[in-house]
Amino acid sequence: MLVSTNVLAVRPTARTLLAENGSVAALVVLVVALSLLSGDFLTVTNLLNVGVQAAVTAILAFGSTFVIITSGIDLSVGAVAALSAIVLAWTAADSGLPWPLATLVALAVGIGCGLVNAALIAYGKLPPFIATLAMLGVARGLALVVSQGSPIEMPEAVSHLGDTVGGYLPVPVLVMALMGVIAAVVLNRTYAGRAMYAIGGNEEAARLSGIAVSRQKLVTYALSGAFAAVAGIVLASRLASAQPQAASGYELDAIAAVVIGGASLSGGKGRAFGTLVGALILAVLRNGLNLLSVSAFWQQVVIGVVIALAVLLDTLRRRSGR
Amino acid sequence: MSQAREILRVEGLGKRFPGVVALDGVDFDLRAGEVHVLLGENGAGKSTLIKMLSGAYQPDSGRILVDGEPVDIRNASDAQRLGIATIYQEFNLVPQLTVGENLALGRPPRRFGFVDTRRMHEQARGMLDLVGVGVDPRTRVADLGIAQMQMVEIAKALALNARVLIMDEPTAVLTTTEVRRLFDLVGQLRERGVAVVFITHHLEEIAQIGDRVTVLRDGRSVAQVPAGTPEEELIRLMVGRPIDQQYPREASAAGEPLLQVRDLSRAGAFSGVSFEVRAGEVVGLAGLVGAGRTEVARAVFGADTPDSGEVLVRGRRLPGGDVRAAMEAGLGLVPEDRKGQGLVLGADIAENLGLVTLRGASHGGFVDRAGQRQAAARVAAQLGVRMSHLGQEVRTLSGGNQQKIVIGKWLLADANVLILDEPTRGIDVGAKVEIYQLINSLTASGHAVLMISSDLPEILGMSDRILVMARGRLVGELEAADANQDSVMALAVTEVEDARVH
Repeated sequence: MLVSTNVLAVRPTARTLLAENGSVAALVVLVVALSLLSGDFLTVTNLLNVGVQAAVTAILAFGSTFVIITSGIDLSVGAVAALSAIVLAWTAADSGLPWPLATLVALAVGIGCGLVNAALIAYGKLPPFIATLAMLGVARGLALVVSQGSPIEMPEAVSHLGDTVGGYLPVPVLVMALMGVIAAVVLNRTYAGRAMYAIGGNEEAARLSGIAVSRQKLVTYALSGAFAAVAGIVLASRLASAQPQAASGYELDAIAAVVIGGASLSGGKGRAFGTLVGALILAVLRNGLNLLSVSAFWQQVVIGVVIALAVLLDTLRRRSGR
Repeated sequence: MSQAREILRVEGLGKRFPGVVALDGVDFDLRAGEVHVLLGENGAGKSTLIKMLSGAYQPDSGRILVDGEPVDIRNASDAQRLGIATIYQEFNLVPQLTVGENLALGRPPRRFGFVDTRRMHEQARGMLDLVGVGVDPRTRVADLGIAQMQMVEIAKALALNARVLIMDEPTAVLTTTEVRRLFDLVGQLRERGVAVVFITHHLEEIAQIGDRVTVLRDGRSVAQVPAGTPEEELIRLMVGRPIDQQYPREASAAGEPLLQVRDLSRAGAFSGVSFEVRAGEVVGLAGLVGAGRTEVARAVFGADTPDSGEVLVRGRRLPGGDVRAAMEAGLGLVPEDRKGQGLVLGADIAENLGLVTLRGASHGGFVDRAGQRQAAARVAAQLGVRMSHLGQEVRTLSGGNQQKIVIGKWLLADANVLILDEPTRGIDVGAKVEIYQLINSLTASGHAVLMISSDLPEILGMSDRILVMARGRLVGELEAADANQDSVMALAVTEVEDARVH
């Protein structure tokens, strides 16, 4: 446990070390406990399975990390994921668009939804909760309208995203890793990322320091939309078809992953790595409870309790840390 | 009057906050049926005193007596039980509810467990009649004018059987006619034996409304005089501390005008403001709180959009309401509210110092974070920021060091014209002098500084020229050599009738 945390803590300032160790430690404890409780847990096949289960949530959650760092919230990511995948499958199947173009169109749909969210928030002054709640309805509805309520087959080339490399390494896990790296680079190295922290930390101070707050919110929600589109495509590839009801409620898992990963809903705080750990905790927990034959009903209870505990612990730790 | 019964007495009251002594021995007494004016500069301790009387703060030393008995006012309901009501500048009303609901808040008349709306409004009608305001109790408070809200507040206080009514600058937001109506009401309350503590910055109001005046200065009560005392004498009592050598201003030769403001106006805040600041100059902007100084600074910097007028930097006109353009032209603003507007408290020192230069340090969207860190380290060393390392959260720094960070981010951006709004508020003396020296070195290297301050000795000690604002207007300009506390204060309390906030 000690070894793993030391390796993973890349930039060791005291606070981030603590915040990360919290969720990393929780993940390690969970893994150890499940290994002891179930012989099937600590096998390569099962762990890769966990990775696949975590992938869609994690990709959505990386996008939500941007938004939550600016002290916003994006409730539309699940619906936007479904709409993007539907648009991909529909343009490829019905309009005969080549799959690379159809994929670009799907990404554009995700980005477009994000831009509309941001415009409502930054220029229309709607609270993010309301703007993205409205988008949740609109995107889900459009997914149903376009698909006429039925699944559409994914183009075969894209469906390979749901396969494995060399027979065992699942592509969704690779996509998750890639998106995680992109999220980390955006947050740590780019102007947009640093501006997100400043806006979430103190929007007025950011504005008075010359950061174009409205424009940066456009970037933030557009990124969230793009990540949602990628998540939707990965999910549809795994299922080999785009479904209008896919990813229902995933926005809440994404938010939970971000928060478990140490971000604060009041903004200014959060990291891609923490979000990854948060998504893994949720996936490991679901997988473990399945292996232990806990009923699906009780699983929901357990996950709810874990979310509350994770954030409670983080709050307590921060309070005592000062 | 002198034989009237004493209701409230305050003896040797003291209160300290971390790093600041807010009150340091205040004596005060209040008799039934008198209007007692509390006078003092911003920061003299008036607010702290009334917050202790209303239970918001507890005194560290001294005691409060009501009807000759020592009392402990721990919260608002203690104050209410003792018959002390306070009307703050920000009213304590729920705007979404009706006048009647506000007056009955927390104890509405009930019938079968339901709120008896009719009786509630009848009772409200009675209370409103008592203060002579013709407002329908069914009106939502949000739809009232400010003067009417104030009357509703007074009605609410009287409904709670207040014997002591504390009014914090009630006239600051009223028009001339509304002030007259308020004075009539206060006169009636006095007849009825209510004791009124009245805070105002408008000296001419004191003789009209007051009986006695207690003057606070630097947290102490320095004099108690009759309300008929001449204004010049009151000013002397208010600001009468000697200027010590805490102000190491080294004047530089003034160069070309860097900042020119022409006829700048913003409705409800200020109008017709024109001035210029030259390279190498420190121009002080004096005035009372609410005179519109901060509003002018924000409009010049583009944080708010002015209605008319223009701002020129090095002769080039800035678009209104555009912070980015102001920055690029070389303006920088160190805002009054350091924590709320100047700093990202949860971020570290390097991040805060690099906030303004973040864009300039980005190439193709990627930030040169190593370069930003080096630049931050250089400025932090130059400013003598006392810290453990650059990764320290600014939340944990002292006020003086936090202020250095806010100024430092503009030094990094190489701003030519710095607007400092209350740059030393809440900062200890040592750090103050460091900031003054920084101002000196800025002007020596050809920068221009516009400094807003409510601290008169600071304005007098550090400015080359002093502009004075009163009620949204620029009412005077003084050369530092000719200015003294009395001349600045006399301008600051200038009556500008048509500029009252409407």
